Amino acid sequence: MNSVILRGAARILVPLQLAGALGLLVRGHNDPGGGFIAGLVAAGAFTLLALAEGVAAAQRWLRVAPGTLTGVGLLLALGSGLPALVLGRPYLSGLWSGEWAGGVRLGTPLIFDAGVFLVVLGVGVSIVFALMEE
Amino acid sequence: MLFAWLILGTFGAAAVAPWLYRRAGARAGWLLAAWPLLVVAAAVGRLVRPGCPAEAAGWDWAPTLGLRVGLYVDGLSLLMILLVAGIGALVLVYGGGYLKGDARLGRFYAQTLLFMGAMLGVSTAGDLISLFVFWELTSIASFLLIGFHHADAGTRSAARQALLVTGGGGLALLAGSLLLGLAGGSFEIVQLAGAAASIRSHGHYGAILILVVLGAATKSAQAPFHFWLPGAMAAPTPVSAYLHSATMVKAGVFLLARLAPVLGGTAEWHYLLTLLGVTTMLLGALMALGQTDLKRLLAYSTVSMLGLLVLLLGLDTTMAVEAALVILLVHSLYKGALFMVAGAVDHETGTRNVQDLGGLFRCMPVTAVAAGLAALSMSGFPPLLGYIGKELLYEAKLQAPGVGWLILGAGVLANALNVAVALTVGIRPFLGRPKRPRAPVHEAPPALLTGPVLLAVLGLVFGLMPGMLAGPVIAPAAAAVHAQATQIELKLWHGVNAVLLLSLATMAVGAGLFAMRKRVRRLGERLALTVPFTPSRIYGQLLEGLMDLAKDQTRILQHGRLRGYIFTVLAGAVAATAWGAWGYIQWTRPDRLAPVSPVAVVVGMLVVAAALAAVRAASRLGAVLALGGVGFGVSLLYMVYGAPDLAITQLLVETLTMILFVLVLRRLPRLREFSASRQRLRDGCIAAAVGITMTGLVWQALQVQLGPAISEFYARSSVPLAFGRNVVNVILVDFRALDTLGEITVLAVAALGAVYLLQRRRPPQEGPP
Repeated sequence: MNSVILRGAARILVPLQLAGALGLLVRGHNDPGGGFIAGLVAAGAFTLLALAEGVAAAQRWLRVAPGTLTGVGLLLALGSGLPALVLGRPYLSGLWSGEWAGGVRLGTPLIFDAGVFLVVLGVGVSIVFALMEE
Repeated sequence: MLFAWLILGTFGAAAVAPWLYRRAGARAGWLLAAWPLLVVAAAVGRLVRPGCPAEAAGWDWAPTLGLRVGLYVDGLSLLMILLVAGIGALVLVYGGGYLKGDARLGRFYAQTLLFMGAMLGVSTAGDLISLFVFWELTSIASFLLIGFHHADAGTRSAARQALLVTGGGGLALLAGSLLLGLAGGSFEIVQLAGAAASIRSHGHYGAILILVVLGAATKSAQAPFHFWLPGAMAAPTPVSAYLHSATMVKAGVFLLARLAPVLGGTAEWHYLLTLLGVTTMLLGALMALGQTDLKRLLAYSTVSMLGLLVLLLGLDTTMAVEAALVILLVHSLYKGALFMVAGAVDHETGTRNVQDLGGLFRCMPVTAVAAGLAALSMSGFPPLLGYIGKELLYEAKLQAPGVGWLILGAGVLANALNVAVALTVGIRPFLGRPKRPRAPVHEAPPALLTGPVLLAVLGLVFGLMPGMLAGPVIAPAAAAVHAQATQIELKLWHGVNAVLLLSLATMAVGAGLFAMRKRVRRLGERLALTVPFTPSRIYGQLLEGLMDLAKDQTRILQHGRLRGYIFTVLAGAVAATAWGAWGYIQWTRPDRLAPVSPVAVVVGMLVVAAALAAVRAASRLGAVLALGGVGFGVSLLYMVYGAPDLAITQLLVETLTMILFVLVLRRLPRLREFSASRQRLRDGCIAAAVGITMTGLVWQALQVQLGPAISEFYARSSVPLAFGRNVVNVILVDFRALDTLGEITVLAVAALGAVYLLQRRRPPQEGPP
């Protein structure tokens, strides 16, 4: 698909989409969003890129193979449950830091959410790429 | 506990073996052999301790299920440990020479050590559950080892056969163990032995006995399950020497000896084992007749000896148990040596056919001496250990109550046939003139000689000094089987008596059979042809039947028509739901319904219109667009009723689905064939049924209040427990994170499958894209 309009739009839209995805991921714990939704938005961004510039260009942009993203995501999610085990609590119990300035806390569920994000992104992108590459 | 560490260490050695082989190359076998030698030293250290007290230890495995991993080391365990680790060390060295230069030698070391660890576990298991786990592990390791040359289809089928037969027996053993645990109130063998009297009179005793014996019989190649053992000769010779003569096939015998204090001493035990043993003993010896392959000759004679061991345990007298333990040991020594000799001969001459071998003494004198010693021991020739074993055996049979004479006759015949096998394998290839002159044959290298020479010499040393075995090794083992201390005396010379005459007769008949071996072989071949159906053929037919069944059910269920799948799934779901829940659904208006907003009504009508448009669409694109309209409408409804996360997710999924649809659609032909009106009617009915059922379920869900609503708990606890105001997200990543973990795993696997299927349709590419 070689369309100047699409390519021009993609150049503006894709960075916005990716930024939005990251925003959704970060704010997901308190407001609508989260890893799953963010992953879908990011997958949509790369799909648009692949439609506009071709799979090879989108793949270059992504840098790593989609399968790697999926694997890393799964490992992150699996690993985020381990610290609880070390402390003798059930697997995947959420562990949280104390409250910092502005009410921000960090915890293992956020790592888990990042894992979900990467899995959804990897799965979406790998299927789209595989379909378009043919 | 020392032996637990030794077993763990064996598995550890298995893990580092491939790495060590890459680093150390040819020396790896010698280095790895150091570990089992350490195990041997530990066992010897325990045996020389006065009285050789049994030692038990245990660790909790799953306390809620009452499961423990138990370790129990007594005289019987130590005898097995000596065999497993001692011969294992020799096999590691031997394998290094036999498979020299093979790139998969590292794998051989790893699998052999894995097997060794499993076998040590079987020998020292203190409870039935750990015994079963290690038992199955030996089956798996044996499968890997038999299938070592897996490029060959025959090898693969032999490995699968061994796995299916011994694995099937393992299932019987599991069932028997569970019943035994129920009957005895514990899985620990020591406690079961304490409760032996009540177990023997328990209603399950018959079933337990049959299931346990099934497990032992499949593992120890008893008739009619013997056929996997000759088939397993497809394994490399070091594997045959280790698994199929010295260790794994003895596991069944070990199991029976281990459980003798629990299950033995009854008429059922006596008759079942005696019958099984005698049949196997004769069958193995007779089937050896027609063989010309060195390894197959040895395999059938092993079947015969395993039958003899089971028979002796069935006789259940002090003398019989003593004989069984001595023969267990002596058989491992000479059979291990002969297998290794057969491998060395094969390695140097390129053939294992006895008809093509002769005059090898001049080229391979050391191998010949080892082979000769082992063969004489196997024939029961004084002053070798085999002679003592045979004396004990005849004495036990003479003392046996009941049908002693019949058993004795069968025993003499089987032993005479085994003498003939011993002479054919261990003596014949080395005497006479060289046959089929070809490239000069050399003596085997040290790695191939160490094992057979050591084992053969041990047979001689123990024969001359039987006191070395009697007190320290055999007595504690016999005490374990009998659950009481026993005095054991082994002697070479008992004076002229019936036993001596029987021994002489056996050797004479055996030598006679050997002299007439050509005629005997023809007789054996004809005998094999007259049998109409053999267990191995039945096995083949069963396997074929299983394959056909699998093919048929796959054809019926997995027909590959997408429409059919959807039809089955939807109709099945509706039918199951309707059958289960129809009577309970009340079509009254729930009182907790939110007011219907005008916006929702409008959106709902749009959804219905889009659905109708999808049905009526005349092109694929149109249908997809209309379906997308349904999806977007539904996500709008979510928005209206205050579920933004759900709405966003649905919207995004719809978008991506649409893109995927369009990508696929490019490849599909235009819609030309439409369903006939009858099919449409059927599909319409199903669609309506699905809609009505789902509506009914939702309707009902609003009216049933089974307990306090979990949603309130989530809403209440989200901030204090998980520090998140977005309840949906908190549930996904914290409260029910394990569910999510499962879901994303499924997602990843599904993507792997989809990508693989898509890529498979493309022609293979050169190198990475």
